[in-house]
Amino acid sequence: MAPTPIDPVFVREPWHDPKAEPYIRIEQVTKRFGEFVAVNEVSLNIYRSELFCLLGGSGCGKTTLLRMLAGFEQPSSGKIFIDGVDMSDIPPYERPVNMMFQSYALFPHMTVEQNVGFGLKMEAKPKSEIADRVADMLKLVSMSQYGKRKPHQLSGGQRQRVALARALIKQPKLLLLDEPLGALDKKLREHTQFELVNLQEKLGVTFVVVTHDQEEAMTLATRIGVMDHGRIVQVGTPKEIYEFPQSKFVAEFIGSVNVFEGQLIDDQSDHVRVACPELDCPVYISHGISSAPKATLWVAIRPEKIELSLVPPAQQENWARGVIKEIAYLGDLSVFLIRLNSGKTVRVTRPNRWRHEDEHMTWEQEVFLHWHDTSPVVVSA
Amino acid sequence: MKLEQQVRASRVAGFSAAVQFILQVFHYIVPYHWVASRLARWGVKGQRLVVALPYLWLLLFFFIPFLIVLKISFSLTQLSMPPYQPLVQWTGEQLNQLRLNINPGNFQYLWQDSLYLDAFLNSIKVAGIATLITLLIGYPMAYAIARSSVQWRGVLMMMVILPFWTSFLLRVYAWIGILKNNGLLNNFLLWLGVIDEPMVMLQTNFAVYLGIVYSYLPFMIMPLYATLEKMDLTLLEAAKDLGCRPLRAFLTITVPLSMPGIVAGCMLVFIPAVGEFVIPSLLGPSDSLMIGKVLWTEFFNNRDWPVASAVAIALLLVLVVPMVCFQRAQARTAEAGEA
Repeated sequence: MAPTPIDPVFVREPWHDPKAEPYIRIEQVTKRFGEFVAVNEVSLNIYRSELFCLLGGSGCGKTTLLRMLAGFEQPSSGKIFIDGVDMSDIPPYERPVNMMFQSYALFPHMTVEQNVGFGLKMEAKPKSEIADRVADMLKLVSMSQYGKRKPHQLSGGQRQRVALARALIKQPKLLLLDEPLGALDKKLREHTQFELVNLQEKLGVTFVVVTHDQEEAMTLATRIGVMDHGRIVQVGTPKEIYEFPQSKFVAEFIGSVNVFEGQLIDDQSDHVRVACPELDCPVYISHGISSAPKATLWVAIRPEKIELSLVPPAQQENWARGVIKEIAYLGDLSVFLIRLNSGKTVRVTRPNRWRHEDEHMTWEQEVFLHWHDTSPVVVSA
Repeated sequence: MKLEQQVRASRVAGFSAAVQFILQVFHYIVPYHWVASRLARWGVKGQRLVVALPYLWLLLFFFIPFLIVLKISFSLTQLSMPPYQPLVQWTGEQLNQLRLNINPGNFQYLWQDSLYLDAFLNSIKVAGIATLITLLIGYPMAYAIARSSVQWRGVLMMMVILPFWTSFLLRVYAWIGILKNNGLLNNFLLWLGVIDEPMVMLQTNFAVYLGIVYSYLPFMIMPLYATLEKMDLTLLEAAKDLGCRPLRAFLTITVPLSMPGIVAGCMLVFIPAVGEFVIPSLLGPSDSLMIGKVLWTEFFNNRDWPVASAVAIALLLVLVVPMVCFQRAQARTAEAGEA
């Protein structure tokens, strides 16, 4: 019998494959610190070779979840499986998991080589093997010439590479990264983001990254899990999270967004109409909504999906009229803050594609806003 | 409530106004600017003056007495007041009829009579063993305090420092009461039925070790606590994460990182313990050979000031070695701390 061909989409996106076995299974995990519930009934599947980002503000429980994967904290209830093995009674030093700490936690009294080789030394590997693998690892992160230095003689970026090499040398099944780029400056961070992705693709190790930086999560992740108050509120690819946020929280947390409260007046399978008191005309959305219609809902429109014009648009719906209150010129794009008749302020961004705009827009000018009927999304509270 | 706050605020305001006023008055009485400008003209800055004060202190109360002791250690004994010959003597009327009475014999004598060398070696041995015991007791205590919750740390450290509120001498005397044949400890053990007749504990080497360990334990705990308390605990997590068991993590991470504290603590115990006089003379056997006791005997019983001074100088030289080690360790810590 010929093997059933695997859908190529499933190779890239195993979470769509109903038959795929998750590599890391988090089942109903809750963590309490006294009265405080840090992680609340989280269930999550992460697949082999994924680069999964846990994204959320401070105190949302993302670091606690990561520390439970590493074994530094025990779940108050629920179970964690890594490659099919229950991790409940396995201490951190016996887990096939390594972690890169936010502070890097390099041993200050050891050289770079000793730091990187530490994990292998604990496994009592022969000296020659340790030396070879340390050399390979340092080459991988291009730190070969710094092997004899102590951590305090390195720059922030170099320390980050050493920490990464130290965490990767044991070839863990799962690598946990706690704010991996948090301590680097902006330029270096962008550069390192791509390096990290390349390295992950090259080694095929499953990464779980914790970050509060949505840009970092978008660049790195195959999928993002957005966390809020100890719960995972949405899981999806960066594009799904950005384009189709399920809740007001996710929409507002990722990027900036204009949210209008409204009521469903026309609910069809291929389109919906929402009446928003803050807008002059109803919003027409050219796709149905899956969630059950509620009395009130919110319509979210991204600032870059709204267009500005000085003349009224031809369309009947999906437009509004307002006065320009603020213009911020950022070089690549300009941000407009427009006050509608209802008093609501709308944020619109326009790319500056030409040096001299044909339509010159200035403060206190009346403009028309309009958007395509695929742009708005309906989100719940 | 509101009124109370207002009253408090006005009191604070009144207080700061009073301070301002006093400073103003001082400003008129003490001509700061005049003094400062005068000093500046002579090339003296206020900053240097502040640094100079402790140096002046050391010069007056350490260096000059040291020179006096050094001078005496090279002179000859004689029955007089003071009981040694002056180093420089006029033998006649003229200035060139000076006689130098330099006598290195005192130091030779230290070598020749095995008493001194034995006393030195014994003191170093006793101090060394006592330091080791202090370290073994002090490390777990400092570790436990450093890992206890923040509100407990202050209380526990307070309890470590508390004995300093009583005079050192009184505390050593208290040990006599505890250790003597019909003392607290023996009576307690007899009452328990552990022993049938009193154990001889006072005037033994055991009592000397006990006294030194008891008296110097806080000096061991304080620097150890300081290094252990500021240690980054994520380093231990990182070690565990890389497959290191807790005991090994302690030995490979915690102990090396607390080395500055270990060195500082050992020096703070060892250096004074070598020259310790009170504890061996009160608690130790009467024939105990401790250099501090020998020094005392030479000085007060034999009235041989030159030899006593030579012993003191030799003791200082012996202790310079660990002191330099201590200094080096401190400098290294400071260097690592800057990075």
